[in-house]
Amino acid sequence: MALRPVRPRSDLPLAVDPSSRFLGWITALMAFLAALALAGAMLVSDMAQRWDSGLAGGLTVQVAPMPGAPVAPLDERAEAALTVLRSTPGIGSATLLSGGEIARLLEPWLGSGASDPLLPMPRMIDVVADGPVDIAGLRLRLASAAPGATLDDHAVWLADLRSFAGAIRLAALGVVVLIGAAAVMTVVFAVRTGLAIHRPVVELLHLMGATDRYVSRQFERHVVSLSLRGGGIGLLLAGGTMYGLHRASQGLRASLLPDLALEPWQWVVLLLVPAALALLALATARWTVLRTLESMP
Amino acid sequence: MIRFENVGLRYGTEAEVLRDISFTLQPGSFHFLTGASGAGKSSLLKLMYLAHRPSRGLVTLFGRDMAMVTRRDLPELRRQIGVVFQDFALLDHLSALDNVALPLRMAGTPEADVVAHCSEILRWVGLGNHLHAKPSTLSGGQKQRVAIARSVINRPRLLLADEPTGNVDDGIGMRLLYLFEELYKLGTTVVIATHNEALIRRFDHPRLHLDNGRLMVLPARGRVELRAKDARANDSAWE
Ligand SMILES: Nc1ncnc2c1ncn2[C@@H]1O[C@H](COP(=O)(O)OP(=O)(O)OP(=O)(O)O)[C@@H](O)[C@H]1O
Ligand SMILES: [Mg+2]
Repeated sequence: MALRPVRPRSDLPLAVDPSSRFLGWITALMAFLAALALAGAMLVSDMAQRWDSGLAGGLTVQVAPMPGAPVAPLDERAEAALTVLRSTPGIGSATLLSGGEIARLLEPWLGSGASDPLLPMPRMIDVVADGPVDIAGLRLRLASAAPGATLDDHAVWLADLRSFAGAIRLAALGVVVLIGAAAVMTVVFAVRTGLAIHRPVVELLHLMGATDRYVSRQFERHVVSLSLRGGGIGLLLAGGTMYGLHRASQGLRASLLPDLALEPWQWVVLLLVPAALALLALATARWTVLRTLESMP
Repeated sequence: MIRFENVGLRYGTEAEVLRDISFTLQPGSFHFLTGASGAGKSSLLKLMYLAHRPSRGLVTLFGRDMAMVTRRDLPELRRQIGVVFQDFALLDHLSALDNVALPLRMAGTPEADVVAHCSEILRWVGLGNHLHAKPSTLSGGQKQRVAIARSVINRPRLLLADEPTGNVDDGIGMRLLYLFEELYKLGTTVVIATHNEALIRRFDHPRLHLDNGRLMVLPARGRVELRAKDARANDSAWE
């Protein structure tokens, strides 16, 4: 398949330049990469947000059975932990999970054996913070009041995860910016080549009274049509790729990853990729032509 | 309309191709431009259609001193000049109609008018059946007529033709000259460079004659008697 411009009449035979086809495919490739990078950034944002809303402010205290150790029975220790928690500033509520709930949480790891009453089950306390909590202080008090209690602080690794997601997002946006820069350079190159190849025609147009803007419009139309179509092809390819990834992610057993699916508004953002490329190409072509022609007699 | 005062032109560091050229063309005049091959006819026309700037001297066009004209002003001035280039300078990838349309499109004429005007003038020069033909499929004389149609499509104030009859036989050459006469009668200032003495003799116009880089203005000499026969040729249909 050749990306040969279906051409509207142009005073310059740009459409048959060898650089035209090359420009179309390059644009397709750039749109493909930019769309994937953008989609990646948006998916990572979504993921980070879901982790946030699922886990933010969430703490879990686990009180482990300690058979043989000289400590109070498990339930007493759990009660003690609850008391400590409820008296800690910044903690909104602390609820002891029932055995059934714990079994359900453990099922993915232990299978149906999780509900075996003979299995020594830890006690779990779900804690919801509604303000800043002095985690270190809480740990100390828990340790003395309820030996065997561990505080599982999601906030710490959540923060790590969040900054990691931020880094990924930044990298993806950086890729998009680099692609934009590459697009600009490609258009500058193609336009300069076109001007050089068609210099006699450009001179003739000038002699007939063409303004520089008239000449640059020929180039603008050309690069806009090429980048819209190249960008469209790239976007289609990116859409296909994302659909494939989506299907593959559904096949994963563990739902560690959230669904790799974009929201409708995010698809609209991706649709803007070819449009943005076309706009960039237009501005670049105009700037390049006008600047180059300034130096012509 | 055009005024040259002590104009000289040199290409690069070569000797001057044109020397001490001084003349004035009144609005609505018709001149032939003659001289041996290499005498500088094309060069002089290029000065007139603002393709070159003189190496020295003063060129005044439409009352404006060309030395004071900036690059930005050129398109506006050039649009008032119709040029038939020595090699036609048609754009090969455009149809006859699109070639003729160039000056109109540059001037921003509405597309419907562009097509109407261009088809009309092409029919008028006898190319009604070749509106969408590419120049490469046209004969020399047909290309010449496309070039001429393009030069007159926007009713220029000044028409400059460089050997417009160079590639055609005297019959077609004669018809083309009648076309220029029509424009001249409508008020256009016309300058036609040609080698063709036979044609010049049949039309009653003064000449600018270049010899060794210098210019002489020769008055009209009166028409020869072939006039009546040519007039009939003009009336008959093109081709
Ligand atoms: N672009 C150029 N660079 C250098 N020299 C040139 C250039 N154009 C023309 N000349 C020289 O200027 C002189 C006049 O050329 P010009 O084309 O004006 O002659 P002409 O009268 O139109 O000839 P012809 O009747 O063959 O068309 C010639 O000696 C030619 O070699
Ligand atoms: Mg010449």
